[in-house]
Amino acid sequence: MNINTTKIISLLFFIFSAFYLYTAYQIQVFAFDENAPFNARTFPIYLGYAGLFFSGLKLILPDANTIKVDHKNLEYKKTVILILIAVIYGATILKVGYFLTTSLFLFASYYFLGERRWILMFLLSFPFVAAFMYLLHGVLNIYLRDPFLQLIGVMG
Amino acid sequence: MIEGILIGLTTALTIQNILMVIVGCFFGTIIGMLPGLGPMTAIALMIPITYGFDPATGLILMAGVYYGAVFGGSTSSILLNAPGVPGTVATSFDGYPMAQQGKAGKALAIAAWSSFAGGTLSAIYLLFMAPSLSKVSLSFRSPDYFALMILGLTAIAAFSSKGQFLKAMMMVVLGLMLASVGQDSLSDITRFTFNNMNLTDGISFVLVVMATFAMSEALTIILKRNDPTSAAKQVSLTELGSIKINKEERTKMYKTIPRSSIIGFLIGVLPGAGATIASFLAYGMERNLVSDEEKEKFGKGSVNGLSAPETANNAACSGSFVPMLTLGIPGSGTTAVMLGALLGFGVQPGPRLYMTNPEIFWSIIMSMYIGMVILLILNLPLIPYIARILAVPKNYLIPLILFFSVTGIYVMSFNNFDIYLMIGIAVVATYLRLYDFPMPPLILAFVLGGLMEENLRRSLLLSNGSWEFLWDRTLTACILATTILIVIWHIYKTLKKKI
Repeated sequence: MNINTTKIISLLFFIFSAFYLYTAYQIQVFAFDENAPFNARTFPIYLGYAGLFFSGLKLILPDANTIKVDHKNLEYKKTVILILIAVIYGATILKVGYFLTTSLFLFASYYFLGERRWILMFLLSFPFVAAFMYLLHGVLNIYLRDPFLQLIGVMG
Repeated sequence: MIEGILIGLTTALTIQNILMVIVGCFFGTIIGMLPGLGPMTAIALMIPITYGFDPATGLILMAGVYYGAVFGGSTSSILLNAPGVPGTVATSFDGYPMAQQGKAGKALAIAAWSSFAGGTLSAIYLLFMAPSLSKVSLSFRSPDYFALMILGLTAIAAFSSKGQFLKAMMMVVLGLMLASVGQDSLSDITRFTFNNMNLTDGISFVLVVMATFAMSEALTIILKRNDPTSAAKQVSLTELGSIKINKEERTKMYKTIPRSSIIGFLIGVLPGAGATIASFLAYGMERNLVSDEEKEKFGKGSVNGLSAPETANNAACSGSFVPMLTLGIPGSGTTAVMLGALLGFGVQPGPRLYMTNPEIFWSIIMSMYIGMVILLILNLPLIPYIARILAVPKNYLIPLILFFSVTGIYVMSFNNFDIYLMIGIAVVATYLRLYDFPMPPLILAFVLGGLMEENLRRSLLLSNGSWEFLWDRTLTACILATTILIVIWHIYKTLKKKI
């Protein structure tokens, strides 16, 4: 059997399906529902077996179209940085507020992607977010929590 | 019926109602374009406004928003590969590759014309067939729905990408697994939440679609930045291209539109089926009906592949009004919101709606056609401006896509957990995409997961746990036979190519 990344993904999916199936069997159902033709665990159990079946087939059967990815050409560093910025954005948005975190997220993302036109970077972060926030909050009446703007007295 | 049409025209053609259609279409297009804010959000936002109008005007406004949002959703599918609406996921299969080839203008024009034709034809079908179709939709039972969903999932797995059937089926199962997270709809028992309160209500559709399409697309673009094969694609992304549709493309559309509008309308009529299944089935059917040469172009920017789901999703929008107006059963999530609004007006939809409120029934049908015309007039001249989004450099476009994705989720839940979950799913999806695991089957499975379980539950309970329900009814057996035929046909074609 030729081991390639697709096979490894299929193996991981097989393990994931086995875990899903195990968890499905652990779902607590009401006593009167235990022997019913259908209860809360029936469908997940079928899904677990289906996952084992298809990933098992993918593992066993020969791969007709092997996908080869040239990892040397992939830009892992920038991608990881952007993911980290997004995680930090997610972690601070509630505490700091929508306006400041979103503007800083955009500004930092432009910077790490290699942009150095500072004025454009600024215009497409702070004023852009302000305008978008006005559309959501002011026009569409979608509430956006913003402790920072409340602190400086811009938002009530 | 003539009398009804006249009543409808009299109501729909008042200045106030025409204005409502224009405002609705425009507002809907803008909202639909923003990933994360689909027609349901747009209509929900409209409900408080509509209570100031009479029921007919309110519903006309909401119908305009609905069509506009579906068209707007197609625009973001084509330009950003970020479908904010499940019904436009299939549009991105060929619309986005077409935009990548520098034909964004053409893709948007094909989408606009197909939407117009699909909506217009289905408004005509609705006019003539609404009473009898409500009877047909009533004849569908749970086993038939379950079989129909199996057919939809198998079809999308078989046709999603060449030679990747098993990968697509794995994605189908993964989509159904994700849909099973949260409270069981009947017993309220929590499943796969691992005592995390944030998962009790399940994972939101918008989150999954944003993660697997918009966010993972953005991450893939950065990841493949130095890849010589994708660099060429990025250059062409800045080109709008002509919005003119040539004779050859028109000929293809003439064949695709009528059949896709019929399937879209019929699927839309079935309660619960809606535009998503319609667009996927139309895409699958179209791929089966075209020549082998054209089949090769599917997924790479095929005119038929773009026109079919666009026609079908608009046709299904009109079709979904049939069960809502005649039975009081919504055909989609969006019509469910509209049904709520209708009940808020004190109007009880059902078979007697013709008699009790004929002006509502017929004015909605007539305003659909007017809405389609207005949508076309409004959107065709705007295509060059809409498509300018492609000219935004990648250094700006990628963070903006991420921003729209995160904002879409944030405004829905105001919760950090959903943002982390979205990032996590997006990372996994990006890695899976590198190895050609298709995402559309995952999305369709996720959308259908709850409905599928519900229909399997009913079927098994009615048959006392026996699986005989799968062949007890002729209709169920026919649908399942079609599913088996698709699988056999797919295996046969794969083996034939290997030999």
